[in-house]
Amino acid sequence: MSARAAVATKSAETYDDHVVRLFLMAAAIWGVSGMLAGVLAAAQLAWPALNFDVSWLSYSRIRSNHTFGVIFAFGGSALMGTCYYVVQRTCHVRLALGGLARFTFWGWQLAVLLAMTTMPFGITQSKEYAEPEWFIDLLIAVVWVSFAVVFFATLMRRRIQHIYVANWYYGAFIIAVALLHIVNNIAVPVSWSKSYPVYSGAVDAMVQWWYGHNAVAFFLTAGFLGMMYYFVPREAKQPLWSYRFSIVNFWALISIYMWAGPHHLLYSALPDWTQSVGISFSILLMMPSLGSAANGLMTFKGARERIRESPPAKFMVTALVFYLAATLEGSLMSIKSLNALTHYTDWTVAHVHSGAIGWVAMITMGSLYAMAPRALDRPAMHSHRAMEIHFWLHTIGLLVYITAMWTAGLMQGLMWQATDADGALTHSFLASIAATHPFYVARFVGGMLVLAGMVVMAWNLWHTAGAARLDQIKPILVPIPEPIPEPVPDQVPPPLPARG
Amino acid sequence: MAHDSRPLERIEKNAGLLGIVILVLVSFGGLAEITPLFVNAHTVAPAPGLRPYDALRLAGRDVYVREACYQCHSQMIRKLRFETQRYGQPTDASEVVYDRPFQWGSKRTGPDLARVGGKYSDAWHRLHLISPRKLVPESNMPGYPWLERRQLDYADVMARMRVLRRLGDPYTDADIAAAYEAVRNKTELDALVAYLQGLGVPARQAQ
Repeated sequence: MSARAAVATKSAETYDDHVVRLFLMAAAIWGVSGMLAGVLAAAQLAWPALNFDVSWLSYSRIRSNHTFGVIFAFGGSALMGTCYYVVQRTCHVRLALGGLARFTFWGWQLAVLLAMTTMPFGITQSKEYAEPEWFIDLLIAVVWVSFAVVFFATLMRRRIQHIYVANWYYGAFIIAVALLHIVNNIAVPVSWSKSYPVYSGAVDAMVQWWYGHNAVAFFLTAGFLGMMYYFVPREAKQPLWSYRFSIVNFWALISIYMWAGPHHLLYSALPDWTQSVGISFSILLMMPSLGSAANGLMTFKGARERIRESPPAKFMVTALVFYLAATLEGSLMSIKSLNALTHYTDWTVAHVHSGAIGWVAMITMGSLYAMAPRALDRPAMHSHRAMEIHFWLHTIGLLVYITAMWTAGLMQGLMWQATDADGALTHSFLASIAATHPFYVARFVGGMLVLAGMVVMAWNLWHTAGAARLDQIKPILVPIPEPIPEPVPDQVPPPLPARG
Repeated sequence: MAHDSRPLERIEKNAGLLGIVILVLVSFGGLAEITPLFVNAHTVAPAPGLRPYDALRLAGRDVYVREACYQCHSQMIRKLRFETQRYGQPTDASEVVYDRPFQWGSKRTGPDLARVGGKYSDAWHRLHLISPRKLVPESNMPGYPWLERRQLDYADVMARMRVLRRLGDPYTDADIAAAYEAVRNKTELDALVAYLQGLGVPARQAQ
């Protein structure tokens, strides 16, 4: 304690973790509510009576609350919270502009809350993953630019010359999402609750899927890779497998991803050349995606003990396996002949959720479990056992979910294509709906398990945060460490990310 | 492995430079794929006989957009034999030039609707929208009974048409003035049925 205090006096500056804790709490709350909306939507597809003929409870209005809730409310809060945590540790400096950082928290929560309370009342642009109307989009833009300012201002005052790779990913995530959000949402308002996009028809389709695809690329991939590059070495307790490899993958990933949007519109009225360019880049994308996944997985090489004893490490390894599987699948699904079969079916839903429940949710949960005790000044999470239970609930739920949707999607695709010997279509569309019912029930069960796991996590975080709730956490006494000496050129591997 | 072998090192040590290089690299894809379409958009002529949505259909389309029907129904018949066999000729870009936002969709929990106009009677659509399982017992579509209870507001529809005209859709003053008669005493259900019954019809008439 005295040694700790001695160093503390040497460096008066401490890490600003208050905003990190706020985001952590928000992520837990949004995680539960976003997944709850998903489970409701899943139940409505299996048992349509659950729409209750009430407008704001209808599937078509609830579904966007699920997607927006898990992606932007849960994922967004987790990304911003971990970003603020990681950038301080890897730069050995306190967050710049603390007041603005707090504004990004409250501003983001307000934006998400407004979105999720207006969408059920039919106030929506009906652009997938960009549903909120123009006045919420403006608020999001302001918050996002503030987020960029806080992040880059912190980078500017760093005490370590070299910028750690996790920060590149967070940086790319922030810049690209700003670009995507602004370009895709340019619209002319009719009233406060209705606007028309400036793009129409095929151009609107191209812009929307450039946005939609890259929301996946930069929100759900680059941001979470930033998380991965910090928390995986931290949890494996050894350096990143190859720092150099991560550099190659970074530049390849951010330059290639942006081109792949048109693979959402194959065989459509989009010009053929655009589709072909989109497919080519989707195939190329396999390289940096597999490379990033491999780099993360290899970081656990020789650390099998860690995987056995640490639930966060379990989450991370499974997340990386699903990242690998989902990106490989995504590239294959962009090939025209396979896309003809899978597009418009529940296979797409399976693919998205193997990425979302498998990769995004699991890397988030692993990282939050690793970060929470440190940000809350506790020796460990409240319950180790609860983390184990969460891991198994989540993994089994995930497997049930995606197996059901894969099977359903394959079946639908084959039924829609099937023709009799005389060339007539074999199945009515209705037959495919009836045949899908059992899979929708199974999907609901899988979703329930994932939701149950998330509730366990929220419970665990609530108890871990006991001291924080009572406002007993003093500004964290762990001082900002002395800057790690600059690595000599080509030192491989570079030093571990900072303690803390 | 000298110092020079790491040309990226300058970027890795300069936050501003890092941000700029990222911005440049992420811009290429969009510029290459969107700009030509955007420039070309003015050369994609509307399909023969295609007019901007009249007042009632526009109101119906906005109900379709508000209820986010695209989440289960596509409006894009792909250039595949089994698609044209089920739904009709492939959708062409010239048919959707007045669609803001586009409604191609990404998932078919229900069937494609690009050419559903005229397939069923108005009465069928009304009953089906209010209570789908009365007509199709296996359906898992939600009912939309509230549409029948909501009156359209002609002033609102006119305001919408004026905004669309500002965005380039060729509405005449007469088109907008006609909204008063077309929309008065009509419900959202009337409008939505009118919209659905018009889907794919201009292309069929042009044949």
